[in-house]
Amino acid sequence: MATQVSSENVEKTIYDGLVELGTERDDLSREATLESLDIDSLDLVELAQIVEDEYGVELKGDDVKDVKTVGEVIDLVVAKAG
Amino acid sequence: MTRRVVITGVGAVTPLGIGSDPLIDRWTAGESGIADGYGRCLDFEPTDFLSKKEVRRSDRFTQMAIVAGDEAVKQAFGEDGALPYDPYRVGCVIATGIGGLVSLEREQEKLITKGPKAVSPLAVPLMMGNAAAAAVSMRHGLQGHTYAVSSACAAGNNGIGDAARIIQVGDADAVVTGGAEACITGVATSAFAAMEATSPTGISRPFDARRDGFVMGEGAGVLVLEEMEAAERRGAPILGELIGYGVTADAYHLTAPQPEGEAAAKAITFALADADIDATDVDYVNAHGTSTPLNDAAETKAIKAALGERAADIPVSSTKSVIGHLLGAAGAVEAIATLEALRRREAPPTVGYEQPEAGLDLDYVQGSAKPIANGDGPVVAISNSFGFGGHNAVLVLSAN
Repeated sequence: MATQVSSENVEKTIYDGLVELGTERDDLSREATLESLDIDSLDLVELAQIVEDEYGVELKGDDVKDVKTVGEVIDLVVAKAG
Repeated sequence: MTRRVVITGVGAVTPLGIGSDPLIDRWTAGESGIADGYGRCLDFEPTDFLSKKEVRRSDRFTQMAIVAGDEAVKQAFGEDGALPYDPYRVGCVIATGIGGLVSLEREQEKLITKGPKAVSPLAVPLMMGNAAAAAVSMRHGLQGHTYAVSSACAAGNNGIGDAARIIQVGDADAVVTGGAEACITGVATSAFAAMEATSPTGISRPFDARRDGFVMGEGAGVLVLEEMEAAERRGAPILGELIGYGVTADAYHLTAPQPEGEAAAKAITFALADADIDATDVDYVNAHGTSTPLNDAAETKAIKAALGERAADIPVSSTKSVIGHLLGAAGAVEAIATLEALRRREAPPTVGYEQPEAGLDLDYVQGSAKPIANGDGPVVAISNSFGFGGHNAVLVLSAN
């Protein structure tokens, strides 16, 4: 059963996912850039798998190619699910 | 003028511990790292050395190569690891027999149980055989010839030998080279057991009449090779010299060695010719010595054929008696053990060897280590590695 899509839930999923990928939790914020967190294209694919598992939302490479910050990833997932 | 190749750094992760010191110290003392029928690196915890992200981005064989590589590079190039050469003139050749089997099996399980969308995008970059070479290259900024060598259980020697050739022909001033293997997994253990290659009793006792197969091990060995004059100019720590390399193929059978060891003997002969020395110059043999009935018999014949009367006069011992068979990492770890044995002038024992078999009548160094004798001059050893597919690769090392 897919988790209900709310900004708070998605934020938690994304934050937990990024920590799982090796990011320090203290470095996380909506404003943090993916580049500053050392999150690259391979990490984004793994993050997309976590999101899809949780919300049934499919994120393709094209969807995330211009995303710069953690907040933008969260907003994208919420918008896609909406 | 031939460019000569010296060894200026070594690093190892083996069932005897993390580092090249525990490998040679513990083996020389007759201690074994084999437990419950496997040579596992029980002390190896990747997060002790790598960040969480680095661990996620690497299979276990790559992680071991990175840690062994750090040790070797530090010894050769100093604590900060700053390259003393143009990065495009420093290569990285890391061998493996199988590659990232742990990762492959994990992702296969996800594919079967959860479907294709659950398979990690990292599956292929983790399992690919060149992953260790790529990771070590990235870690130290090595931008010269960089790739993996794959020739099953001969791969470690082929990697080191090919690395030396790259330096000799002038394509590099240094190459970080070796081998890594970590495939004590369901598929590999089952397959080796099914072909009756591994020991059903879980005992590695090379050359002993009771030997019944090899014991699987895991680990990595990495060496830094440098062109001798460049190494001398920069005052590098010169541990020894790689003076010869010989390679042949049996062209006989997918897994069984040619029973008379003819092509293996030829590889030894070629290696000695490459080193421009005679059999009488050899002071120690680090045998492939797998503990399988077929290898140890064929290898004994090969050593005798290639070294003639000298074979009976020198110690011959097998590192696999204490760490098991590290497959594609075996040659690399054993080259390090051989080099360190020469430096100490002490041949470590073939642990567990007790009962001779007819025809297997070399000095397999029973019981405890014995001196490697040759006055005060440099001492010379050959290190054999043979692999499934009929690959034979022999290194000749010397040290003062």
